Order: sequence, then structure tokens, then C-alpha cells
Amino acid sequence: MMKIVTRLAAASALSMLASTAFAASLTVGFSQIGSESGWRAAETTVTQNQAKERGIDLKFADAQQKQENQIKAVRGFIAQGVDAILIAPVVATGWDDVLKEAKEADIPVILLDRQIEAPDSLYLTAVTSDQVHEGKVAGDWLVKDVGAKPCKVVELQGTTGSSPAINRKKGFEQAIAGHSNITIARSQTGDFTRTKGKEVMESFIKAEGGGKDICAVYAHNDDMAVGAIQAIKEAGLKPGTDIKVVSIDAVPDIFLAMAAGEANATVELTPNMAGPAFDALEAYLKDKKAPAKWIQTESKLYTQADDPKAVYDAKKGLGY
Amino acid sequence: MRKLKRLAPQIVALVLVLFAVTLAVPGFLSISVQNGRLYGSLVDICVRAAPVALLAIGMTLVIATRGIDLSVGAVMAITGAIAATLVADNQPLVVVLLVSLGIGLACGLWNGALVALLDLQPIIATLILMVAGRGIAQLVTGGTILTFNDPAFSFIGSGALFGVPMPVLIWLVAGLVVGLVVRRSALGLLIEAVGVNRRASSLVGVRSRFLIVAAYAISGLCAALAGMIVTADIHGADANNAGLWLELDAILAVVIGGTSLSGGRFSITASLIGALIIQSLNTGILMSGWPPEFNLIVKAAAIVVILTLQSPTVATALSGLRATFGSASRSNSHEPTGKAGARAK
Repeated sequence: MMKIVTRLAAASALSMLASTAFAASLTVGFSQIGSESGWRAAETTVTQNQAKERGIDLKFADAQQKQENQIKAVRGFIAQGVDAILIAPVVATGWDDVLKEAKEADIPVILLDRQIEAPDSLYLTAVTSDQVHEGKVAGDWLVKDVGAKPCKVVELQGTTGSSPAINRKKGFEQAIAGHSNITIARSQTGDFTRTKGKEVMESFIKAEGGGKDICAVYAHNDDMAVGAIQAIKEAGLKPGTDIKVVSIDAVPDIFLAMAAGEANATVELTPNMAGPAFDALEAYLKDKKAPAKWIQTESKLYTQADDPKAVYDAKKGLGY
Repeated sequence: MRKLKRLAPQIVALVLVLFAVTLAVPGFLSISVQNGRLYGSLVDICVRAAPVALLAIGMTLVIATRGIDLSVGAVMAITGAIAATLVADNQPLVVVLLVSLGIGLACGLWNGALVALLDLQPIIATLILMVAGRGIAQLVTGGTILTFNDPAFSFIGSGALFGVPMPVLIWLVAGLVVGLVVRRSALGLLIEAVGVNRRASSLVGVRSRFLIVAAYAISGLCAALAGMIVTADIHGADANNAGLWLELDAILAVVIGGTSLSGGRFSITASLIGALIIQSLNTGILMSGWPPEFNLIVKAAAIVVILTLQSPTVATALSGLRATFGSASRSNSHEPTGKAGARAK
């Protein structure tokens, strides 16, 4: 009996040694904003998965939408002497002091999914998507899909004045500029929500001759597109064929709609910001060569040809 | 006839708003039957007004008792989340409806108890649930948009009975039932008495505590109905956005309806017309094709005009003007006195 206990103890001591040795390879602190949206929950899950795959010991801090919590968490990471810090900044300003502290402690900082207003010498790099590019990818898809046919587009904007709404609108307009057959007939805000997306689409359909004149709807996020799809169905039209649906974000629910033939295309805002961040970090720690100050994530286009059901199954476990 | 005169400002405002939108959007008023149901922008207005209309029914009673219920938006989110969870769990429709209504009732009783039994100020008492409620809803849905595919429950949001969309039927019936109960009995009068002077009412034997708790309970029930409608409408519970800021629209509907925030005289019909006015503005702006940057400005300007026209000072000035021009009808010049008489009561 005693023998077994000693053996077990020895084994667990060994495994503890092993795990500490393993963890000693890299410890990274991650200050996340919170979990205000499904996408953010997915970002957290993907970051944790990425860390696990690479054998990185991830210390996670949820700031519950408060910058002071993020600053506290970063100071905590510095005190623990982590090898690097990831921050998904909740606001753009007020980071200079704490970033200087990290720099003095010689801990590289990588920003995830949002930029900040601070001298770029204070952080290693920022990994974000390009929202204008996202809008452009959506627009390019439509341009290619309709060819030379005339196409009247209605647009469901994000929250008025928010940066994704401004940039995704801009990118789409850039893509269709020079294609006079494609015109934006109506553009209104759907506040990024399903309810408003549905309500606004209903009014668009009424205002444009019962919807028969509308060739496509471009929504700044998938949730509004899902609302619009319901409005199109209730007006007796077929979403995906009578009215094409293209949107941005690539949340799981839009893939269900795509599998049912009710949505045509979505542009992914990838929740995998940590992958490129860890790549850059590992390269930097290996040969001390600083990466570019901005790493742009891929804005991948998904259409009905990309096996939407499989993508849905892969994404639904991520916490969206 | 007296009733019509009470509602005149609201009806005039509604007609003016609809008229203005029709000028901007021809064909706005046309209604047709499509797929066996009424179809048109006016129908959309009645459907989309459903959440605010339902909230306004409960809010009218609460405000009549000199209270306010800030929690209704959050209660919508909670009941929506619970309804969606039950539907996704394949519970029978009856269970979903009863449990959701029960939760709404419980929320209302909680508010009522804080106000009537602990004598907390209504704005603070209901603020508690307004802040905490959305958190509770998120706990229920696990922070995601909880979707479901259930034709029976979705019928509440997008179905139609005899060609009339369900949300419209629900708020019409709810308004009718509550209106009849408070006006065909002495309840309405007693609620007004509590709102004007709670202490005096208690002294003459009105059970003011019970009435206040009942008003908040009805408000909770109405919020539960509204929560189920928005959840059924989008086939999912969005804890972050369901009912967000709708408490303010509901209060606005009551105020446009001419019920004073300091309690007393109330009219549920006028509040319902108030809800229709707000939604007519919303839908009108969407149809007009203006850039979204103007949405809130146009809405605010229209509401300032509507409320200004209702202000007693302006009403007196207007009837004074009419009197000077010698065309004042007897009934009109009586109105200010009538109001003052009611206040004195």
C-alpha cells in the first residue's frame, strides 16, 4: 500500500516537474475586454486553444468592459514576470503609462483586434482586421456575382457613427465604384441587431415595390442579415435567390442560413487574432527581430460552395 | 363624446404624423391582403408598435399611481431568454407561456414590493431590476443569442389570425382587457386616487399598497408578453438587445398620451395611440430614405412639437386666440376648467 502511495507521489512530482518545465517555455498574460458579444467569447476560446496547442501557459484576465481592470491586470502580469502580454483594449486612449511600465520590464505587448492611440514604440505589434477591406471583399463578391446585370442594393448599416459601420460602408462603396450597374438604393441603420435588421428590411421591401426591385441586401453584420432574411421570407420572397444576402462577421447562424440557401456570402472577421500574435511573438523571442507594427488578419470570404454546414459545426463550439 | 375630446390631441398628432410621412412616401397608406394576411406599412406600424404598446399599458397604470417602472426593458430580456430556453428544450407551448408570464409577474411583484412595502422611491426600486435584469438574462442564455426553430412559438411573433398579425391582436386584447377591468369597475378611480394622494386614499380606506403592487405586477406581465413577442419575432433571444431602451419609449408613449408623470388621471387608449405615434415616426423615417444620421433628430423634433401642442399653457393660449377671433366653440373654452376641476379632485 505504502509503496503505491510513494510511487504515485513520485509520479505526480515528476509530472509536476514536467509541466513546470513545459510552462517555463512561455507564459503569456491575456487581458480580454469581457464577453459582451458572441464573437468576443469565441476570440477568448480560440486564444485559449491556440495557447494550449503551442504549450503556452496563458494567464487570462476578464476586464468586464473596464479599462481600469485591464490596467490592473497588465500591472499584475508585469509583477508576475510573464514573457509577453496580449491586450484587447477596451478604449483607444490612456494606455501610455502602463505600456511604459511593461517596456521597462522588457515585456513585449501585443494588441488584439483594436488599435490604440499611443506611440507605436510602446507595443510590439497590433493584430487586427481591416474593416474597410472587409466591406470591399463583400462588395467584390457582389460585383462578380451579378456580372453586367443591373442590381439595386439595400444596405443595413451598423450603429450610426461606429467605426465598423463607417468602414464597412466605405469598403463596399469602393468595391462597387466603377460598376454603374450596381447602385445602393437605400441605406439605413439596423444597429447591428436582428430585431432592427428585420424591421428596417421590412420597410425597405415596402418602399421598393414589394421587394421585387431589390436585387441584394448588404448587411454590416450577420445578425442584421439573419433578421433581413426573415423579413424577406415573410414578404413572400426567397432570400438567397430573389434577393441575394451578403454580410460580414461569419458567425455560426449565418452558415445555417447559407446551408438552407437563404444567405449567399459572408466575410469572416476571424476570432483567431491570437494565432498570428503568437506567431509574431515566437519569431520575435527567437531572433529578436521586431515584426511590422500592424498585422492584418485574413478577411476570408465564405459562400454556399464552402460547405456551410461543416463550417457551422466547426464554429458552434467556440462560444459564439 | 367626452372620451373623444380627451383623445383629440393624440388622434390629431397621429393623423398629422401619418399625413407628413405620406407626403414624403407616396403609397404609404395602402393596405392589401397578401398570403391571407394584411400587408402594408400601416400594418407594419401596428406590428412593430406591439412591444412599446404592451409596455405602455402597464406603464400607464404604474405612472397613474405616481410611480415609474424602469425595469420593463430588462424584464423583456429575462422573459425572452427564459422562453427561448424552454422552447429550445422542446417544452410544450403552454408551459413556455405560463412560465414566462409567471417570471414577468414575479418581476413585477418584486418591484411592487420594493415600492409599496419598503417605500423605496419607484425610480430607484425599479432601477435595481433594470440594471440586474439584463445580467440575469445573459446568465440564462449563456451570453449568446439563443436561437430556436419552433413554428408554434414563432407564431406569436410572426403569425396571423384572420389576417391580423398576432402581435397586433395581443396588444389590442391586452389593452382592451386591462382597460375594461379598470374602467368598468372602480379600480381605475382608486388607482388615480392613490396617485393623487396616497395618504389620503389610505385614510379613506383605499387599499393603496395592494393597488400599487397590482400596478407593477400588471406592468411585469405586459413586459413578459412584449419579451415573448420580440423573441418569437426573430426566432431567438438576444439578451443584450431585447427591449433595450424600450422603457424610455414606453414612458414617452404614456407622456404623449397625456398622462402626467406626477400621477392621477390616466388613459390607456391615449397611451396606446402614443405608442402608435412613436412607431409611425420610426417607420416613417425608415421609409423616407433619409440618411440614418437624421433618425433621432427628426424623431426628437417631432416629439417636441407634439408635446408642445399638448402643454396646458399652449392649449389655453390657443383657445384664447380662438376666443379673440370669436369662433371659439363652447366646448373648447371649457376644457381648461374641466382639467383644473379634475386636478382638484
